[in-house]
Amino acid sequence: MAGVRVLVGTRKGAFTLTSDTKRERWDIKGPLFGGWEIYHLKGSPVDPNRIYASQSSGWFGQIIQRSDDGGMSWHQPGMKNGEEAPTGRPKSESNKFVYDTSPGTGKPLTTHQWYDGTQHPWEFKRVWHLEPSLTDPDTVYAGVEDAALFRSTDGGETWNEVAGLRGHSSGPRWAPGAGGMGLHTILLHPTDPRRMYVAISAAGAFRTDDGGTNWRPINRGLHSLYIPDPDAEVGHCVHRIAMHKSRPDVLFMQKHWDVMRSDDAGEMWREVSGNLPSDFGFPIDVHAHEPETIYVVPIKSDSEHYPPDGKLRVYRSRKGGDEWEALTEGLPQRDCYVDVLREAMAVDCLDSCGIYFGTTGGQVYASSDEGDSWKPIARDLPAVVSVEVQTLT
Amino acid sequence: MIRVILPPHLRVLAHVSGEVAVDVQGQATLRSVLDALEARYPMLRGTIRDHATLKRRAFLRFFACEQDLSNEPPETQLPLPVTTGKEPLLIIGAVAGG
Repeated sequence: MAGVRVLVGTRKGAFTLTSDTKRERWDIKGPLFGGWEIYHLKGSPVDPNRIYASQSSGWFGQIIQRSDDGGMSWHQPGMKNGEEAPTGRPKSESNKFVYDTSPGTGKPLTTHQWYDGTQHPWEFKRVWHLEPSLTDPDTVYAGVEDAALFRSTDGGETWNEVAGLRGHSSGPRWAPGAGGMGLHTILLHPTDPRRMYVAISAAGAFRTDDGGTNWRPINRGLHSLYIPDPDAEVGHCVHRIAMHKSRPDVLFMQKHWDVMRSDDAGEMWREVSGNLPSDFGFPIDVHAHEPETIYVVPIKSDSEHYPPDGKLRVYRSRKGGDEWEALTEGLPQRDCYVDVLREAMAVDCLDSCGIYFGTTGGQVYASSDEGDSWKPIARDLPAVVSVEVQTLT
Repeated sequence: MIRVILPPHLRVLAHVSGEVAVDVQGQATLRSVLDALEARYPMLRGTIRDHATLKRRAFLRFFACEQDLSNEPPETQLPLPVTTGKEPLLIIGAVAGG
């Protein structure tokens, strides 16, 4: 059926919200993986029935789940649902994320900067982000905490680190923020498989032009007053980067303060916060059909992390930044103190672009008219961590 | 057969209800029982012990016969009632709010 499927990750499970192309009535299914933190779910652009999910828990660690039927059923890759265990030594390594220490694959570093300034070993904690390949449903990237990039080419059954990133000489200067040191953004170039962007809190943005062997920081123009040298090569707390597939050299960034833009693949950034009521926030996204139309949700900080004045407002710029308009119709404009996290905004690709975002209060809001008006399509979920959208044809 | 009681979330992952039983070759130790458990239910690999270090996850505990075996060396032989199947080995998740 043509329509939209919204994949929602929450602190206590995952939900799928589906609708036809009118986007008026929504069917909510879930919770899937009840009680587990679902940092991210994302579908393959090649095969929308293939969906990957990051399931994690402070008790039981990391699990990778995969659906091959559009979310109707799930299994840990390499182990079909309910399948009898194989004889002999089981493989089952879909949740095995081991940092590469082999000298043959680059110059993997063993430590990064810790809160007290000392060097600290890299320790895997969880998968923050899953990014399926644009061409192969069995290839998927994982951004993890402590920050590193992993890749699977067998549908998530096994994972290998893309070690060149952590091998960058700046690695010992990467440091966690209060929320950990996670690699949360992975942008794949739409036509050049050698180029990829990633972002790490709190190290900054990085780019590879050779498929992941070599990486370099792309943080020139960022200015962060919370690090000793505000213009340092690394150390910036980038919250999110977005790109329109028609212009992969134009990047938009929501940083821990400042909304930024680059027109040259990250070589240089300039601030485009303009008239926003707060230039702090987490998500940023681009309209599906208008590469200069972008969306952010301003949030108050330090540490408050709720909307300014208790008004939940999405801001839209139709000029790629600098000039912003508040989008408020259908959103609470008093006594609203929820947050919108970095993974929790996405767009659909229907003719009138739909925008979706989730809140820490458990609401998922949707607009089917490019942000002009909004309505909640789920009201009382657990705190929403991530929102992704599949446009089904 | 060694009887093992899993926490509810791991029962879901393993597609079982109630307690499970595993065969152990040789001495029944924490390590040999967990090895057998993961061999029978490979979807549990990495959830009780870290994949790389095989260390017990911090918020899990191993109880048997009213004893806390969590910090015993992995080679420690399990109590006789567990090895004979009279008592189960309990894998317990720490209590927590939120």
